[in-house]
Amino acid sequence: MTRDQVLDLYFMDARCKLIELAAFLDRVDRSEGEADFRLAAIRKALPLLSSAHAERAKSVLMALSDPTVVPISAATGKGACGAWPGATP
Amino acid sequence: MRYIEPHAHMVSRITDDYEAMRMAGCVAICEPAFWAGFDRSSVDGFYDYFCQLTDYEPKRAAKFGLPHFSWLCINPKESEDMGLARDVLGIIPEFLKRGNVLGIGEIGLNKNTRNEIAILEEHIDLAARHDQLILVHTPHLEDKFKGTNLILDVLRADSRINPGRVIIDHVEEHTVDMVLDAGFWAGITLYPESKATPARAIDMVERAGMKNLWLNCACDWGRSEPLAVPRTAIEMGRRGHSKEAVDALVYGNPMRFLSQNPRFQIS
Ligand SMILES: [Zn+2]
Repeated sequence: MTRDQVLDLYFMDARCKLIELAAFLDRVDRSEGEADFRLAAIRKALPLLSSAHAERAKSVLMALSDPTVVPISAATGKGACGAWPGATP
Repeated sequence: MRYIEPHAHMVSRITDDYEAMRMAGCVAICEPAFWAGFDRSSVDGFYDYFCQLTDYEPKRAAKFGLPHFSWLCINPKESEDMGLARDVLGIIPEFLKRGNVLGIGEIGLNKNTRNEIAILEEHIDLAARHDQLILVHTPHLEDKFKGTNLILDVLRADSRINPGRVIIDHVEEHTVDMVLDAGFWAGITLYPESKATPARAIDMVERAGMKNLWLNCACDWGRSEPLAVPRTAIEMGRRGHSKEAVDALVYGNPMRFLSQNPRFQIS
């Protein structure tokens, strides 16, 4: 596909998601109390969108991933939340 | 359009979903054993579930003209209880004789614990001893990258395992290459929020090549979309992919992997 064809197919969808993300960050700002590690994880990933190299989706996923290699001794729950708590001190 | 849905949890879906899938071109459905959304209290709960997967659900699918196949295991979310897991592993061989069973799955990891890894190794041993295909679930969200690496290590440590007979499911942009480079098949799951969207799935296919990849909807009791595969096939067409390329991805590839088990016959 040409760049224009990609824009024709996906620009409105990307625009929508970009504004949703901006509105989410505004909503967080207007709310009260301390934010947990998930907000820091999103803030850390945001600059990756404007990086020059073409593996941005992979980079964002890695920024939100547990990078450790050793199995944990026991599970404390079953779920995942989408960001790795260990990424922020 | 014709397509195979290689990963769907139909026990959690309504009959309208079967009808919609059939009308969209589905020609076969495969259902891996998974977590019910709650922990089962004993091996008897799994016995009943395996009966449902190998007896009742194929009959329900047949009412809509759809062949139904299944995969058996105790899923990683319940594998933390190793006593229960070993009891369940003990009843699987008798169910492997049932005609719609394609292999062992979806095994894998959830929180990347030592117990989960031990039970994963025992499932792989069971599959090797019974010459079964393997379907692997990779962990969710932040746990996926680490878990996929650990799973690859465990699979590669067992010299009896032929990577061409193993599909590692739920890959995303940060895990697809490591799976394919190691010679395994990779599955891309289409979910509204987590895992991949149709657009990202096609991006991955365009970049990795479509040789050993399949798409699936993995529809279950959570937010999921039974028609995600045909929806993605339409999206491929919008991007200019040929009908033949779409058919190869949504029909040819799952057919090629699943036909390694001679039970996978669809007319
Ligand atoms: Zn599943």
